[in-house]
Amino acid sequence: MRGAKSAKWVVGAIVVAMAASACGGGSSDEGAGSGDGIVTAAWGDPQNPIEPANTSEVQGGKVLDMIFRGLKEYDPKTGEAKDAMAESVKTDDQQNFTFTLKKGWKFSDGTPVTAKSYVDAWNYGAYLPNKQIGSYFFSDIEGYDDVHPADEKSEPKAKTMSGLKVVDDHTFTVKLKEKFSTWPQRLGYKAYSPLPQAFFDDHDAWLKKPIGNGPYQVDSFQKGKGMQLSVNESYAGDSKPKNKGVELKVYTDYNTAYNDVLAGNLDVLDDVPAGQLANVESDMGGRYINQPAGIIQTLAFPLYAEGWGTKDAAKVRQGISMAINREEITKKIFQDTRTPAKDFTSPVLGVPGGYSEDVCGEFCTYDPKKAKQLIEEGGGIPGGQLVLSSNVDTGSHRDWMDAVCNSINNALGKKDSCRVNPVGTFADYRNQVTDKEMKGPFRAGWQMDYPLIDNFLTPLYKTGASSNDGSYSNKEFDELLGKANAEADTGKAIKLYQDAEKLLVQDMPAIPLWYQNGSSAHSERVDNVKLDAFSVPVFKDITVK
Amino acid sequence: MGRYVIRRLLQMIPVFVGTTFLIFAMVYALGDPVAAMFGDRAPDPATLARIRAELNLDKPLLQQYLLYMGGIFTGDFGQAFNGQQVTELMGEAFPVTARLTMIAVGIEIVLGITLGLFSGLRRGRLVDTLTLISTLVVISIPVFVIGYLAQYFLAVEWQLVKPSVSSAATFDELIVPAFVLAGLSLAYVTRLTRASVAENLRADYMRTAVAKGLPRRRVIGVHLLRNSLIPVVTFIGTDIGALMGGAIVTERIFNVHGVGYQLYQGLVRGNSPTVVGFVTILVLVFLLANLLVDLLYAVLDPRIRYA
Repeated sequence: MRGAKSAKWVVGAIVVAMAASACGGGSSDEGAGSGDGIVTAAWGDPQNPIEPANTSEVQGGKVLDMIFRGLKEYDPKTGEAKDAMAESVKTDDQQNFTFTLKKGWKFSDGTPVTAKSYVDAWNYGAYLPNKQIGSYFFSDIEGYDDVHPADEKSEPKAKTMSGLKVVDDHTFTVKLKEKFSTWPQRLGYKAYSPLPQAFFDDHDAWLKKPIGNGPYQVDSFQKGKGMQLSVNESYAGDSKPKNKGVELKVYTDYNTAYNDVLAGNLDVLDDVPAGQLANVESDMGGRYINQPAGIIQTLAFPLYAEGWGTKDAAKVRQGISMAINREEITKKIFQDTRTPAKDFTSPVLGVPGGYSEDVCGEFCTYDPKKAKQLIEEGGGIPGGQLVLSSNVDTGSHRDWMDAVCNSINNALGKKDSCRVNPVGTFADYRNQVTDKEMKGPFRAGWQMDYPLIDNFLTPLYKTGASSNDGSYSNKEFDELLGKANAEADTGKAIKLYQDAEKLLVQDMPAIPLWYQNGSSAHSERVDNVKLDAFSVPVFKDITVK
Repeated sequence: MGRYVIRRLLQMIPVFVGTTFLIFAMVYALGDPVAAMFGDRAPDPATLARIRAELNLDKPLLQQYLLYMGGIFTGDFGQAFNGQQVTELMGEAFPVTARLTMIAVGIEIVLGITLGLFSGLRRGRLVDTLTLISTLVVISIPVFVIGYLAQYFLAVEWQLVKPSVSSAATFDELIVPAFVLAGLSLAYVTRLTRASVAENLRADYMRTAVAKGLPRRRVIGVHLLRNSLIPVVTFIGTDIGALMGGAIVTERIFNVHGVGYQLYQGLVRGNSPTVVGFVTILVLVFLLANLLVDLLYAVLDPRIRYA
């Protein structure tokens, strides 16, 4: 029986195949269904483990926003920093701050939130061996350099920052390296969240199921798949959630999530994919939101590269800025989900917060004749050809870069004065930018950490700042920032920041292109969907019909 | 036969080492992934150096590879950047994709062979022409077009199914994605079976079988089909590997969290443990599927023997 013998071996090989490929059983629990007051929302897999000081992107941020409340929180409408857990913030010299906490706050595991919860969390975030990517948020605190030396090879000298001191259960003091009057206003950012003792006792368990003090608590978390959150009954903040919970579902492709919203299979999608923008208004009716977010896209110049660092080159940069037809590009390519930029900040700051429509003025207005004249006065484009660089793996970067180049070519009347240099992956692109290998202008996007004008200027344009990718340096600019930081009166401080911003227009180290909008679509099952200044849905206000 | 199988299994070892190294080198060539973790912000050099050291990225390629292989032999496949073990990811992803592939292959076998047999037996008639035209249409339209169209019409317009697959990925949810995934191969299987059946109809042993007075069912079922299936089995065998790896597009459209999803995520983030781990398993699946095909030849055609 030749056939039967062969068949036996076939079975044997199948067993080996099963053992090799199908190890591990299917373990997955179905999320909560609809009809129970739970809001379902689209989610992307967070890149890093969810920890307050280790999350820099919006997907992890979405969760932190629901499960944590810090000393301050930002008003979803105005972006203004308001007291959340802070009872009072006192300072006499803009350098030493005393924070008093409100009483009665608890983490969702029942332990109280104390001054120690804050100090421990901040020390953890700053300490170099913990490798938190957001550690620089603590860099203004005295003693930061001891726990987080800037040099790659040196070891930290201390475990805790000398500028942080616990006074009693509900009071702690912070000493900054320098005067910084608006510093407390940044404390609504989630990197400054308090952490429970459980975080330090059993870190792995905490990462599997994070515990916070916010309006929601994590019920279950399947990494790469989804998360179920329910209302945190012990939440002591002002407004409690108006729904029974939130279920986040991971989508690889937001087009699928969009179809899910159309079919009523998903409630909230917080970023409408570019391919659907043309039809979203007719698909969704009034269930589509498109509003400014705290994101600005600019074209930065490599001032370290040959030809771009000279004095005359500023004129060329201004000329290039005037050769870009922002209005047309935002309309044609982005379907009005971008707004032409008129300054270096963002409209979400509001006029009292430092946003201004006339800082950039004519230099951000399309004027091909003047553009050509300025570029010629400045000695022409260095190297004879402008090369725009960006990663092209996400967004519509390729499309708008082509459009910008066309616009410049038309203004200059030459076909090859501008060319696009697409970089395949974001990682590769960021490496080239960080290693200062750029030879022409490159895309620089900035998403604010907190809605303050300082956050749009200091990290990007101060000499040696963390995201000053073009190596811009202007003493006068730095001095104005220093003065603004030391100014006790917020109104006056903002004036000083704006004065500094005016210098940017003169030097044009980067060309403001457009402000990015946040968008969202929701199903008929939910109401009161709003986006905050970070274009994250305000989950606690969403009501389920 | 036993020796043959053992020899084939042993041959997989060098293939395993070779592929892992090639893939490792290719992901390495994509560049350093650490800077991208910081988003549009320049990373602070001290933290960057620590993370690089932890991931062994500060060492030369060969040493990185040896460290990685060393890990594999102690059961440590490394970690994705979100802190999950790659073995854990595999445990979640492979059953889902295996289920999807099984349904797809099932569709291919049942529908493809039936259609191919009918059109082969009725060459030039209406059934045959219709099959040829419809398979041509399927072959010429890209998978993602079929996928998005199926999703839009079946789920959004007519509301027959849900647009996306839940994280449980049950059998009934996977039927539509499996049809989309199987589409192209289904067309090939149909055409292969048709051609093979049409050719074997004229073979001597067929004439003999009919002359012997065997019932038509036995002539077609045993003599014709069994001999016609050899090329089809070859195709389906290699297709299992291709389907598992090639499900990236389909999985993306229907939000299936399987192998394609993990591979995509690993590639975008430049996480070599994820990519190398998954691709290695896919290579092994491919090799084993091929071995199975070779062994099946002997079952189908008694003239083929292995020693």
